[in-house]
Amino acid sequence: MQAGASCFSIPFDVPPYRLSGTVFGALLNHRSALAALGDAASRPPYDAPPDAPVLFIKPRNTLAASGRVVMIPAGTSELEVGASLGLVIGRTACRVPEARALDYVAGYLIVADVSIPHSNYYRPSIRFKARDGYCPLGPAVTARAAVANPDMLTLRTYFDGSLVQTASTADLIRPAGRLLADVTEFMTLAPGDVLALGAAGPAPRVGPGRTVAIEIDGLGTLRIPFMDAAA
Amino acid sequence: MMRARVAYAGAVHDATPAPPHPSARGDLQLADGRVVAEDEVVWLPPFEPGTVIALGLNYADHAKELAFKAQDEPLVFLKGPGTLLGHRGVTRRPSGVKFMHYECELAVVIGRPAKQVARSQALAHVAGYCIANDYAVRDYLENWYRPNLRAKNRDGATVLGPWFVDAADVADAGNLGLRTFVNGNLTQTGNTRDLIFDIPCLIEYLSAFMTLSPGDVILTGTPEGVANVMPGDVVTSEIDGLGRLVNTIAADDEFGR
Repeated sequence: MQAGASCFSIPFDVPPYRLSGTVFGALLNHRSALAALGDAASRPPYDAPPDAPVLFIKPRNTLAASGRVVMIPAGTSELEVGASLGLVIGRTACRVPEARALDYVAGYLIVADVSIPHSNYYRPSIRFKARDGYCPLGPAVTARAAVANPDMLTLRTYFDGSLVQTASTADLIRPAGRLLADVTEFMTLAPGDVLALGAAGPAPRVGPGRTVAIEIDGLGTLRIPFMDAAA
Repeated sequence: MMRARVAYAGAVHDATPAPPHPSARGDLQLADGRVVAEDEVVWLPPFEPGTVIALGLNYADHAKELAFKAQDEPLVFLKGPGTLLGHRGVTRRPSGVKFMHYECELAVVIGRPAKQVARSQALAHVAGYCIANDYAVRDYLENWYRPNLRAKNRDGATVLGPWFVDAADVADAGNLGLRTFVNGNLTQTGNTRDLIFDIPCLIEYLSAFMTLSPGDVILTGTPEGVANVMPGDVVTSEIDGLGRLVNTIAADDEFGR
């Protein structure tokens, strides 16, 4: 099967009914993620904390539905798992005003930004984040109407059933509406695109043989087994 | 073979250069036989792009121009579909910025899935080539996850075309001259033989960790000679054997801003 094929089978029962295959995400958008850098954020090579949203792209080879195994490459002992709320775009979003931004959202899902740990965020290689299967998402798209307030959701990450991280979308630097407004000021989002709002920091690290479960109130659970590629 | 994708008279068509004919007044021939002029159609990117992969600082002279020291790994970034634009399109220069520049690049289009492909086999995975003009707004460059999307992934700031040219029709993609003209004046020249990481090397590098699929495209980087462009400027990117890709810069007011 194609690396990205399975993400299109994610249940999605409101228009546009299908993900586009384009996934953007924000980094350092959770207060704890930026705080984890401490004073380093104001020192070289960064010089200052980010001004515009810090965004990444997860290309189609990375997209995977719940349950698909993530491979840990040779030479790497653990991977970081950044649990995030993902907005699924419902209609073309260009220069959306913050106050009406959620009108452009079809629904929500859980996005896991899987990375090889890296300590320098100046110009990290895409080989840390763009590997096949490194963007599990799902388990389903939950319609916007079923979520009372996307800025008050709790995310829980479990390793083999043990809780390792709890975070809330209430602690985002740019909450959903603000991020959509700032991103679509320069970059139009299309129906079915996903925008991940950003994970808390520091991201938990997982080794081979474990299964990660990410749970968001009302959105279900995204399950991700990790295996050693060398095994 | 050279192919374009154009919109004309209510539909999207495949098109090829029109055969020379004394009675034919036109530049390209649609698949249904009609011959039309270049300015009668809307040119789209000449293939259906998948993942858009781009290289920073992949020519030694351009790296030097930006005071960048040698690298041990290609500097790769990704772009989304919303930034793509066809031939004869219009790209917005935001008001108030000081430095927005073009980047003429050879674009390599993948034709066969590529996973862990060796350098020696890499060109067998290439379907063909086209010209890319990958604009940057340097004012927006920040020091986090460079080059950040606000600088390099703006709407309509990655121009592809005009033609998709089959790999079989390009004798040596590793020896093609690149040129940019601004309002007819030559401002940038280079040759793909000066790539720091050449095409086989890039396909080997990328396919080692990400599976490339048909339609994925690699923008291989730009040589020295980038220059600021202003509203009204006509930017023409040219590569030997691939044609001439034209783009016009427009101001905010054309976009209702």
